Amino acid sequence: MTIKPKIGFYWCASCGGCEEAVVDFAEDTLRVLEAVDIVLWPCAMDFKKADLEGMADQSIVATLLNGAIRTSEQEEMAHLLRRKSQYLIAFGACAQLGGIPGLANQFSREEILRYVFEEAPTTENETKTRPVPHSDHDGHSLSLPTIRNVVRSLDQVVEVDYYIPGCPPTPKITKAAIAALLEGNLPPKGSVLAPDIALCDQCPRKGTKPPDLSFTEFKRPHLTRLDPDTCFLAQGVVCLGPATRSGCEAACTTGGMPCSGCFGPTSRARDQGAKILSCLSANLAAKEEKQISDTLAGIPDPVGTFYRYGLAKSLLRRKVEPPAHPVI
Amino acid sequence: MNATTATWQPLIAAFFCNWCTYTAADLAGVSRLKYAPNVRVIRLMCSGRVDPQFILDAFAKGADGVLIGGCHPGDCHYVEGNYKTLRRFAMLQRLLGGFGIEPERLRLEWISASEGDKVRTVVNDMVEKLKILGPLGLPERFAEWDREMIALESKVRSGDPTPATA
Repeated sequence: MTIKPKIGFYWCASCGGCEEAVVDFAEDTLRVLEAVDIVLWPCAMDFKKADLEGMADQSIVATLLNGAIRTSEQEEMAHLLRRKSQYLIAFGACAQLGGIPGLANQFSREEILRYVFEEAPTTENETKTRPVPHSDHDGHSLSLPTIRNVVRSLDQVVEVDYYIPGCPPTPKITKAAIAALLEGNLPPKGSVLAPDIALCDQCPRKGTKPPDLSFTEFKRPHLTRLDPDTCFLAQGVVCLGPATRSGCEAACTTGGMPCSGCFGPTSRARDQGAKILSCLSANLAAKEEKQISDTLAGIPDPVGTFYRYGLAKSLLRRKVEPPAHPVI
Repeated sequence: MNATTATWQPLIAAFFCNWCTYTAADLAGVSRLKYAPNVRVIRLMCSGRVDPQFILDAFAKGADGVLIGGCHPGDCHYVEGNYKTLRRFAMLQRLLGGFGIEPERLRLEWISASEGDKVRTVVNDMVEKLKILGPLGLPERFAEWDREMIALESKVRSGDPTPATA
């Protein structure tokens, strides 16, 4: 029997949708399993950290790691997997850009812990107990990972070889990436393994995108009856398509929802949020400050809208904590 | 950089349009008008060329303030460029608020080619306001934020004779 290449899957700060995306291979899973040997997949099979530590360095051909890095445990596993893997692949929007967990970068760790353990409407915690990294109880010593002050993308912690984008990545681009890996047919290191062109290119509504947009108001999809075939931007709905990489086969716009940007920017853009802000704001019809701000009020949460998946990896990374600096 | 030292001076990245504000800055120069030396001027053909990425990148690379100078509304050499900037500016102010960056750190001014004196007033005024706000210091903050990772990285590294690829 020939030795099959070893592959690992690992899950950090994410919802689990990326693990589901692997299961979405359906019957192709069997073909993948014929070709590779899965040596680590804690979500689906029983592996412990000690098993990983016992493996020789670089003995895993590729590890697909999903999720942002938010705790000391995830950080340690990222370092360990980097050491054990020839290729470390950021799998999904959270590992690539910080993803939805990255939105926590709008708040301090203290604000988050206070809300979750004391203030949330569903929290019952009269003693205001919070988890602590170390505690002793009945002669037992317990330890927990610590939450970091900053949510990070994988490449803000360790070097990453390739990125498979999406929330979650589609089976199609994932299978293509695994095939490229097994055939040794890989693009330059650091590439995103998806087409390098904006989503609009794949969107079935592309034909109705006007050459000159002129927004007089921004409508919200859940409050508006929308035409199923017309470009969202032409209907005054915020769609991140122009600032987002294609590769999802326009799943959302085909299904009646505007793009929210999960595939991240193309290689020509550094900061997805700044680019879509630029595109949408510049194309307002208004010319007076008052009208401009009235129109822009139709986007109530600019950080959450423009950086829904990309906040951790954005140019500014997170909210600056007040007080900024002592007044001189 | 130390916020409390008296030697700290704010640094302003300024994007001036070729046709109006840059010419006005030139006029201020040949008129020998003195203004604060804290500003680093970058000439662009139009204020409409100021990609919001430039502004965020300037802050991320250490600017304490960003000043955009363009032609007065109606005077744009390219007809509409300054209106695009005005609209982006309005949204950027809100966005920066979400990042905890004070609105005074980003300023948009219409300065025509003949308003050399306005360049002086605006730059001096912005420097004064930034001195009150103190440094933004994003590069130092990034380094500070990432300090929480150092201990663990060396711990994982120490378990291995070969250097980690972090």
